[in-house]
Amino acid sequence: MRLYAAVAVSGFRRYATYRAATAAGVFTNTVFGFIVAYTFKALWSERPHLGGYDQAQALTFVWVSQSLLAVGALMGGGFQEEFQERVRSGDIAVDLYRPADLQLWWLASDLGRAAFQLLGRGVVPLAVGALAFELALPASPLTWLAFLLSVFLGTVVGFGVRYLAGLCAFWLLDGTGVNVLCGLLGVFLTGMLLPLNVFPGALGEIARALPWSAMLQVPVDVVLGRHHGAGLVRALGFQAAWAAVLLLAGRAVQAVAARKVVVQGG
Amino acid sequence: MAEPRPRRLSAPYEGVRAYCLVVGMWVRSTMAYRTSFVMMALGNFVVTALDFAAILIMFSHIDTLGGFTLAEVAFLYGTTSTSFGLADLVLGNMDRLGRRVRDGTLDTLLVRPAPVLAQVAADRFALRRLGRISQGALLLVWSLVRLDIAWTPVKVLLVPVMLVSGALIFGAVFVAGAAFQFRANDASEVQNAFTYGGTTMLQYPPTVFATDLVRGVTFVIPLAFVNWLPALRILGRENPLGLPGWVDFASPAVALACCALAGLAWRSGLRGYRSTGS
Amino acid sequence: MDDFIELDGVEKVFEVRRRTGFLRRTRTEVRAVDGISFRVARGEMVGYIGPNGAGKSTTIKMLTGILVPSGGRLRVAGIDPSRERTRLARRIGVVFGQRTTLWWDLPLRDSYGLVRRMYRIPDARYRANLDRCVELLDLGALLDVPVRQLSLGQRMRGDIAAALLHDPEVLYLDEPTIGLDVVSKAKVREFLRDVNAERGTTVLLTTHDLTDIEQLCKRVMVIDHGRLVHDGALDGLHAIGESERMLVVDLERELPPIDGILGARTVKVEGPRQWLAFAATRSAAPVVAAVAERYPLVDLSVREPDIEEVIARMYAGRASL
Repeated sequence: MRLYAAVAVSGFRRYATYRAATAAGVFTNTVFGFIVAYTFKALWSERPHLGGYDQAQALTFVWVSQSLLAVGALMGGGFQEEFQERVRSGDIAVDLYRPADLQLWWLASDLGRAAFQLLGRGVVPLAVGALAFELALPASPLTWLAFLLSVFLGTVVGFGVRYLAGLCAFWLLDGTGVNVLCGLLGVFLTGMLLPLNVFPGALGEIARALPWSAMLQVPVDVVLGRHHGAGLVRALGFQAAWAAVLLLAGRAVQAVAARKVVVQGG
Repeated sequence: MAEPRPRRLSAPYEGVRAYCLVVGMWVRSTMAYRTSFVMMALGNFVVTALDFAAILIMFSHIDTLGGFTLAEVAFLYGTTSTSFGLADLVLGNMDRLGRRVRDGTLDTLLVRPAPVLAQVAADRFALRRLGRISQGALLLVWSLVRLDIAWTPVKVLLVPVMLVSGALIFGAVFVAGAAFQFRANDASEVQNAFTYGGTTMLQYPPTVFATDLVRGVTFVIPLAFVNWLPALRILGRENPLGLPGWVDFASPAVALACCALAGLAWRSGLRGYRSTGS
Repeated sequence: MDDFIELDGVEKVFEVRRRTGFLRRTRTEVRAVDGISFRVARGEMVGYIGPNGAGKSTTIKMLTGILVPSGGRLRVAGIDPSRERTRLARRIGVVFGQRTTLWWDLPLRDSYGLVRRMYRIPDARYRANLDRCVELLDLGALLDVPVRQLSLGQRMRGDIAAALLHDPEVLYLDEPTIGLDVVSKAKVREFLRDVNAERGTTVLLTTHDLTDIEQLCKRVMVIDHGRLVHDGALDGLHAIGESERMLVVDLERELPPIDGILGARTVKVEGPRQWLAFAATRSAAPVVAAVAERYPLVDLSVREPDIEEVIARMYAGRASL
C-alpha cells in the first residue's frame, strides 16, 4: 500500500513540475468555458428548465465540466500515450516483472496526476466562471465532500476505460486510432458537449447508463445538489459499480496481454 | 569534378517541395498500421459528426438559437469547419514543435537543406484529418440546399473566398502558436484556445456571445473574418458590431496580414531558438 | 594548406534563468564555449573530446549552423554556417548518436529515398554511394527491414550511411559508437577510415571511447569548460600515458590477489573475479598471457580508460589553482 501511495505522490509531483503546461491548460479551459457558457445561456433563455436545469445550473455544468476536463483526462493527456509507448518499445516487459501490480501501479500514478490537476487546473476556471456568471454552487460543505468523492470515483471509472484502451496497444501497436475514439466518446458521452439529461429519448437513457456518464454527469449533478440521501448513495453506487467492472475487465485483458508478451519474448 | 549544381530555387518552392516529400513519408508510415489508420479515419469523421450532433440535439428543443435557424447555424458550422479542417490538415501537427525542442530532435531538421517551417508543418502529417473537412463540406452543402438565399454573383464568389481566407487565418494561428513554443515549449495547449476554441465559437451565431467577446475576435484576434462577417453578408444579416459594409469583404486582406505576422513570429521564434539553444 | 573549418575566438554564451523564490528568478550567464580557435584542413580526421557539458555539442551545433555564435568568427568551406545554414546543409553530413533520422516504421530503403530527393542526388551517384555503403556497412539484408526492428548497432550504421549519401565534404559525428557492441563498433570505425581515405571526407567526431580516437584520429582536440586545452597528437595527451587500463579476470575459484605480473597490480578482488590495472600505453596481450600461464582463467575482459576520467585527472590540478 505504501508503495502505491509513493507512486501516487510522484505522479502528483511530476505534473506539478509542468508549470507552463498547467498555465496554458487553465487558459484554454477558461476560454472554452466562456464560449460554451454563452451558447448555453442562449439555449436556456430559449428553453428555460431544459433537462431540469435552470440557467444558473446549466452554467455551473459548463464551468465544472471545464474544471474536470483535465482531471478525468476526458480528451486524453493522461497516462495512456506513455503506456502505449512502453508497449510499442517493449519496455512494458520490464514493468510486468516488477514486484508491483501493473494495473494498480498505473492507477496510483494516474490518481496522483488527477489530484494535481484538480487543484492546478480545476480551481481557477471554476473561480473565473463564478465571478463572470451567476452559478449554482452549493453552500454546504457536505455537498462539496460528496462531490469530491464522486470525482474520485469518476476518475477511477475514467482510468478503467483508458486502461482498457491502452491495453489495445498490445494488439494494434499504434494507439493513435484508439486514442481518437477514446477522446470522441470522452467528449460526447460524458456530457462535455451537452449535458446528458438534454439528450432525447432512448439515446439519453443509454448515455446515462454508460460508464462515461459516471465521469462527468454524475459528479456535476452531485455538486448541483440534485442527488439527496438514498439518491446520492445510488449515484455513487452507480459509479463504484462501473469502476469495479472496468477494473476487473482490465485485469482480465491484462492477463491475456501478459501471456502474449511472454510468448513473444517481450 | 564539377557536378551539375542544382539551380538555386526560391524558398517557397523549396518549402512546398520539402513539405510534400515529408508528407509522403508520413502517409506511408501511417499505412504500416492499417487497422489503426482505418479506426482513426472513421473516428475522426465521427468525432466531428458528434460535434454537430450536439447542435442537432439543441435544435430538437428549440427553433432558433440567438435568432438563427438550424440551417443558418449549419452554414456557419460548415464554413468554419471546412476552413479549420484545411488548416488542420496542412499544419495541424505544428503543436508538436515544443516536444521536438524539448527532446532535441528539432536539431536533426535544422541540418537538412530544406526550410524548417515546411519540415515542422509536415511532421506527423495525418490523412485522417480529411474527416473534418469532408464533414464540414457536407454540412455546408446541406445548409446551402436548405437555405433560401438571394444569390448574387458577389455572394457566390464570396463563399470560396471566405473558405480560403478562413483557412489562411487559422493557418496563421497554427504557425504563430508554434512560434510561441520556441519560448514556452510545453505550453502547446494555449493555441488550442484559439484554434479549437475559435472554430467552436464560430459555429454559433455572433448574437449568442457578449459584445466584448465579439469585439475581441474582430479586432484583436481577427477570427471573425474566417466566417462571421462574410457569412452574415451572405445570409443577409445585420453586422453585430454595426461595422461598415466593406468590412465583410476584408477577409482576404486580413488573412494575408495574419500570415505576414505569423511569418514574422516564426522567424523571431526560430532566431531565438538558434541563439539560446533552449 | 586548405583550411576547411576555421574558428577564431568563437564564443557561445547562454543566459540561464533559475527560479530562486516563488516568483523570483535570477539570471546567470553560462559560457558554454569561451573563445575557441582552431583550423581543420580538408581531409583531416579529428577527435573532439571533453567531459559532459564541456561545450562539445555546442561547438558542433555552431559548426552546422543550428546555433548562432555569440562572438568570434566561424567558417566552414568559406560559408558562415548560421547565416547560410540551408546552403551549407547540402555539403555536410551529421550523425547525432542518440537521435536517429531514420523513419521508425518504414524500411531503411525508404529513409534513403527521402535523402536522395531532399538533397537532389543524381541517380547514378546515389546508386553508387548506396552500393558502397551497403557493402562496407553490411546493410544488404537490412534495407527492407522497418527501422523499428533494427538493433541499435544496425540503426547506427543505417544512420551513418544516410549522412553520407549526398557526398558531404565534412562529416560530424556525435558519439557514433555509444551503446554499440564490439562488432558494430569495429565496423563503424573501419568504415569511417575508408570514407576518409577514399573520398577525402573531413571527419570531426566527439566520443567517450578513447579507442575510437586511438584507431581513427591522428589529431585530437580536448575541450574543457568551454576552452580548448589540448590540440595535437594523441600521444601529446600526457594524461593518457598516466591513465590505466583495467584487465578483469574471472578465475575458476577464489584465489589470493594475483601477484608478480610485470607492470600490473591487482586493485580489487571480489570472489573469483579480480581487477588488474596496467598502464594504458602498454599492450594488454603480455599481461593476459602472463596471467593465463599461471592462473586458472575462465573469462576476461579489458576495460579502456574513460575519457571523462582521463580529462578529469588531467585537469584536476588546474581547477584548484
